[in-house]
Amino acid sequence: MMRSRLVAQRLAALFLLGCLLFNYPLLALFNRDIEVLGIPLLYAYVFGAWLALIVLMALAVERGGRP
Amino acid sequence: MLQDWVVVVVSFAYLGVLFAIAYWADRRADGGRSVIASPTVYALSLAVYCTTWTFYGSVGRAAATGIGFLPIYLGPTLTLALGWFVMRKMVRVAKANRITSIADFVASRYGKSQLLGGLVTVIAVIGVIPYIALQLKAVSNSFTILISYPEIVMPAKGGTAPLLQDSAFYVAIILAVFTILFGTRHMDATERHEGMVAAIAFESVVKLLAFFVVGIFVTYGIYDGFVDVFDRAQASARLTSLMTTRDSAASYGSWAALTFLSMLSVLLLPRQFQIAVVENVDESHVRRAVWLFPLYLFLINIFVLPIAIGGLLRFPAGVDADTFVLTLPMAHHEQTITLLAFIGGLSAATGMVIVETIALSTMVCNDLVMPALLRMRVRALHARHDLSGLLLGIRRWAIGILVLLGYVYFRAAGEAYALVSIGLMSFAAVAQFAPAVIGGLYWKGGTRGGALAGLLAGFVVWIYTLLLPSFAKSGWLPVEFMTGGLFGIDVLRPQQLFGLQGLDEITHCLLWSLLANIGAYLGVSLARMPNAGEASQATLFVDAKERDSVAAWRGGAAVAELLPLASRFLGPDRAREAFERHARDRGLARVDDLPADARLAQFAEGLLAGAIGSASARVMIASLVQEEPLGLDEVMDILDEASQVRAHSRELEEKSLELEQATAELRAANAQLRELDRMKDDFISTVSHELRTPLTSIRAFSEMLLEDPDIGLDERKRFLGIVVAEAGRLSRLINQILDMARLESGRAEWTTESVDLPAVVGASVESLGQMFRDKGVEVSVDLPAGPITVFADRDRLTQVMINLLSNAQKFVPDDGGCVAVAVRRTGNSVLVAVDDNGPGIAAEDRELVFEKFRQGGNVLTDKPHGTGLGLPISRQIIEYFGGRLWVESAPGQGAKFQFMLPIHDDGAPTT
Repeated sequence: MMRSRLVAQRLAALFLLGCLLFNYPLLALFNRDIEVLGIPLLYAYVFGAWLALIVLMALAVERGGRP
Repeated sequence: MLQDWVVVVVSFAYLGVLFAIAYWADRRADGGRSVIASPTVYALSLAVYCTTWTFYGSVGRAAATGIGFLPIYLGPTLTLALGWFVMRKMVRVAKANRITSIADFVASRYGKSQLLGGLVTVIAVIGVIPYIALQLKAVSNSFTILISYPEIVMPAKGGTAPLLQDSAFYVAIILAVFTILFGTRHMDATERHEGMVAAIAFESVVKLLAFFVVGIFVTYGIYDGFVDVFDRAQASARLTSLMTTRDSAASYGSWAALTFLSMLSVLLLPRQFQIAVVENVDESHVRRAVWLFPLYLFLINIFVLPIAIGGLLRFPAGVDADTFVLTLPMAHHEQTITLLAFIGGLSAATGMVIVETIALSTMVCNDLVMPALLRMRVRALHARHDLSGLLLGIRRWAIGILVLLGYVYFRAAGEAYALVSIGLMSFAAVAQFAPAVIGGLYWKGGTRGGALAGLLAGFVVWIYTLLLPSFAKSGWLPVEFMTGGLFGIDVLRPQQLFGLQGLDEITHCLLWSLLANIGAYLGVSLARMPNAGEASQATLFVDAKERDSVAAWRGGAAVAELLPLASRFLGPDRAREAFERHARDRGLARVDDLPADARLAQFAEGLLAGAIGSASARVMIASLVQEEPLGLDEVMDILDEASQVRAHSRELEEKSLELEQATAELRAANAQLRELDRMKDDFISTVSHELRTPLTSIRAFSEMLLEDPDIGLDERKRFLGIVVAEAGRLSRLINQILDMARLESGRAEWTTESVDLPAVVGASVESLGQMFRDKGVEVSVDLPAGPITVFADRDRLTQVMINLLSNAQKFVPDDGGCVAVAVRRTGNSVLVAVDDNGPGIAAEDRELVFEKFRQGGNVLTDKPHGTGLGLPISRQIIEYFGGRLWVESAPGQGAKFQFMLPIHDDGAPTT
């Protein structure tokens, strides 16, 4: 029960993190016409942050939730 | 290779494969080896979210706005992070309450209201029709483009082709027939479709693979990887603007609005609710979906930009960006990839249409048609014994009509918009469910009226700001409506409502409609307390824990009535089977043994709810169950007990514990007081009795002296002697009572000093020497040689000694009386003993003599020898100085009063 509550809290935190990452003003910081390793900065940022968030969500539910 | 007939055959073959998978999954489920009892299948089936909008439309959107296609997939990712709370709770509530659709969910939450269920159904149907139109448009366009291979010809404007030459019309008919065959093969009591879910999961794999193949072909086949694609884009002046998004408040605002909208849609779209909640077989599957579904969305979006850029670089402005997924392989004469892309798009479209129309047809049947039929008491309904055929018929018609309405919308307005814009309209419509659903899950105060008002308000605003403008743009309504506002009133311009400008139409609609919706929902809900039905449902939804639902029926109905009822909706075999299973679960051999109790009614209601929805099932069962009315007060009592009291119970418990302790203390104090009161009464009555005895004799002898002058001198002297003695005894008595009172109240005055105890004892014996001699009592004194010092009051000690000595003198026999006084040191204390040879004291009286006014011997026959206060006073004195006073005696052996005092060692040498 305790662990499941921990999972819930981690996911809630990740939700807030996602809201922050994918919105103004953080998004605006990366809205520049620059390239990172040949990929436009905005795309690199959004896809990178997205994948990171998914990995964190997977870690949160699959590793933390086992009783 | 890509002749018409090839495309048609491949398409039908693909649909055949779907059928085969569904059939196989149903067979496996019947055999108890369900394919969909897997978290991966669950997560894949959730990807029914990705329709042709994703498959074709995302590229179109990306070609127009760059990264603007992404919020639609970021939102669901965020929702799934919350899915752990929200989705699991929805699943739990839906299972506990046998919810079959989102309309059922809302209706059930607000007191099983048929009106609400109907309204949600209407909103869902109208709202989702553009979305179905989108699928028809995408499939028919892709088909038209495909068959003109190798030419790349954009399809003619929708609505211009005659009906029978319009490929969209045939697509609509085929999809409708396919869905009817596929989704309504039989009536399922639980409204779950194992085969369908398996097929949908398969379709999710197909469309992802197809998109991947096209993406890899474009990125690595046509170009040289991602970097190359982006380099070329940067080199083209037309495309550099796509690399960033417009840096304005409106742009970020609409980004946030789309994210929010898709967050809601992934939960509230009828098909998402169907897959995520109704078809869920195990709550724990949500765990994997939390990351696997977002990962799916991530993967299916990786190649969107390369395809969009590739299309923009390859084609002139005339080619619709919504078709790039298909036209890019075509342009490079990759027939297999082209066909695969078409199948991917077909898969995305069929998945959406199947689930969406099945979910909607369930709603239309359970929440719109059946309640209406029941209300109208259609005679056929009562005449027919097996209504399962009727239910299936209603659903089939509903599916057909829904797809047809989609086609009508496509003809009317479909061409005015890109794919994504059409889909967003539907998103905005289903977002109207959010306050009622999410609010209903977490807030008990929401009422039926509030939900109705909120849904209506939001829906009306949606129609006005989004649906009607879409008609106006396609020429069905006058354009003045858009530019000049309703009735020419400028502030009522539908997409600049009240002069609000600078927002895109979706953000604009979302803002106003949710404002109206939430405002009405809260406002009307707060206008009154939830009634009994709403409150009990609110508790079931909001407090949904892992437990069985509360037995809400307060009466029962017999099997003989319930079974035929269930048979009419489920078919006799299926109903019989379910009842037999229920009987076995309850440990009964035969169905007829089932008692007519609330549990059976509950079971039957759940069974029926699966077939006709919870609101209708409620009505049907209610007509049979002899229910004791559930009074408002009772429900409120139950709720109070369940929620409020429980919240305060700990506090109350503590308080009551404190109170109990205080009560116990008070009771003890009260008992003590009462005892003291009684003792005081006893004391007073005893004292007055003791005082009266000498007073009576004084009075009697005085009166004799006064009245009889002839009394002789001797007699007179004797009488006066008695009077004097009694008066003396009286004053002694009064002195002692006062003394006693002072001692007891602690107001006695003490002069404490070092006292040589043997000296005091000696002096006391000395002072009473005459008295002993008068009675002829022999006194022996045994004192130690040196002084023994105690810390005490000399006069008080003398008082004690005189008391003991005079007692001894009183009780020794007149002839041969003998009193022995001894002082001895024993360790740290000194022991004083006064021994007499009187009658002694019986064992039971030995403590009594130390009580006030109690004397040894028979009170009734023996003449009193003293005041009865001497010994109690003596004991008080000795105890005050830290010693103790007691008596050792046996009847006939004399009595030995002894007291012991601690020696006060003031440094003087002792021997």
